[in-house]
Amino acid sequence: MALTQDAVLAGIKEIVVEVAGIDAGIIAMDKKFTDDLDVDSLSMVEVVVAAEEKFGVKIPDEEVTKMATIGDAVNFIVNNS
Amino acid sequence: MSRRRVVVTGLGATTPLGGDVPSTWEALLAGKSGVRSLTEEWASEMSVTFAARVAVEPSEVMERVEMRRLDRSEQFAMIASREAWKDAGSPDIDKTRLGVVVASGIGGVITLLDQYDVLKTKGARSVSPHTVPMLMPNGPAANVGLELQAKAGVHTPVSACASGAEAVGYALEMIRNNRAEIIVAGGVEAAIHELPMAGFASMRALSTRNDAPEKASRPYDKDRDGFVLGEGGGILVLEELEHAKARGAKIYAEVVGQGLTSDGYHIAAPDPDGAGVTRAVQFALDDSGVKLSEVVHLNAHATSTPAGDVAEANALAAALGADISHVAVSATKSMTGHLLGGAGAIESIFCVLALHHRMAPPTINIENLDEAVKVDVVRDVPRKLPNGPIAALNDSFGFGGHNVVLVFRSYEA
Repeated sequence: MALTQDAVLAGIKEIVVEVAGIDAGIIAMDKKFTDDLDVDSLSMVEVVVAAEEKFGVKIPDEEVTKMATIGDAVNFIVNNS
Repeated sequence: MSRRRVVVTGLGATTPLGGDVPSTWEALLAGKSGVRSLTEEWASEMSVTFAARVAVEPSEVMERVEMRRLDRSEQFAMIASREAWKDAGSPDIDKTRLGVVVASGIGGVITLLDQYDVLKTKGARSVSPHTVPMLMPNGPAANVGLELQAKAGVHTPVSACASGAEAVGYALEMIRNNRAEIIVAGGVEAAIHELPMAGFASMRALSTRNDAPEKASRPYDKDRDGFVLGEGGGILVLEELEHAKARGAKIYAEVVGQGLTSDGYHIAAPDPDGAGVTRAVQFALDDSGVKLSEVVHLNAHATSTPAGDVAEANALAAALGADISHVAVSATKSMTGHLLGGAGAIESIFCVLALHHRMAPPTINIENLDEAVKVDVVRDVPRKLPNGPIAALNDSFGFGGHNVVLVFRSYEA
């Protein structure tokens, strides 16, 4: 069963709060991992691995490099779940 | 041109006696022990079931997100360096003239072992991307350097239990050699984990006094049976004298010399002759220019091992000759346990405070002084040090045969 965008966004929020320690309230689809949320390249690996575990999807490294925003990650997971 | 002089303008620490320098110093003068039984499940399986954990857990003073990216040794370095930098007045300095020298004896061993467990149980992809920056022994220095944006050089000498003292000596030379005006220097260790403990226990290096942990670290006592593993760290802000004066900094004491030698004898045992230690003391005194009559205090390495304490005391007596009679010797590991790479740093802080407050800390747990110890040990209660210009030594030795001696002098404006 495909995951809904809302469910994935909620899950990604939890992960980013855990990894980057930022306020869940400022995490939204249009926010950029690096510029807006202070998620550096090492922490991005943590986000990806946690997301793979949470949603049971595989996120290849070449896809990770294309994920600039929260929305990019959410849409990839929704489309590949 | 006269040699550039180096003073101490800031202190920071997190130790088994306190979460900062004032609380640590207060407990030290009060003769308190920081040694406790371990409550972790693994500890019950060990031949040694106690250690000296830090009095204040990093989680009480550090944000969770910062903690998860830092090895425990790096957490100690950040906590102590923040206190030291603030204590120094958070100096406004050209960052190309600011350096960091923070040592560790073992590095991020807890991270290494924890991530190995992750690898074996959850697979390679689950290993944290922070693993390498957390386990590298230069990680504590690097993180302090990043926070302060230090650009004159960030270094990590590694010489087992002499590492912290070697860091202070390295910092002294960096300022003398005009590489920097300020160096944030010290040492940390976080190795209270079943593997390092099993390794030290296997060497028969640790005390096994499981029924009375607070009495286990007993340097110079006849019944000493090994050292007590401790954790934590200490950081000193070293600064060129004129730079410190120009900004009106508080000056605790002066760092005036260091002596470094190696035994070439055995990987772990001290040379029973102590010749390497004697030479290191002589080099340090020569380097410092202090008069032997000024030396009134010594913070000994004295870890509470049967062989080490006596070899050291004999070497000190040989180096100082008749002048050993006016040196008040303190073995503060009786209270803090042995912080390995952090030991030389916190003991440098204790020397600096002893000169500043003119008070030598006590040595606890000596019930029967070993007759082979011919130095004047400060027992049970602190001892007042004389007025006027005075100097103190701190000696540290490490597995591998490393000998480091530092000399500090009281500062009078």
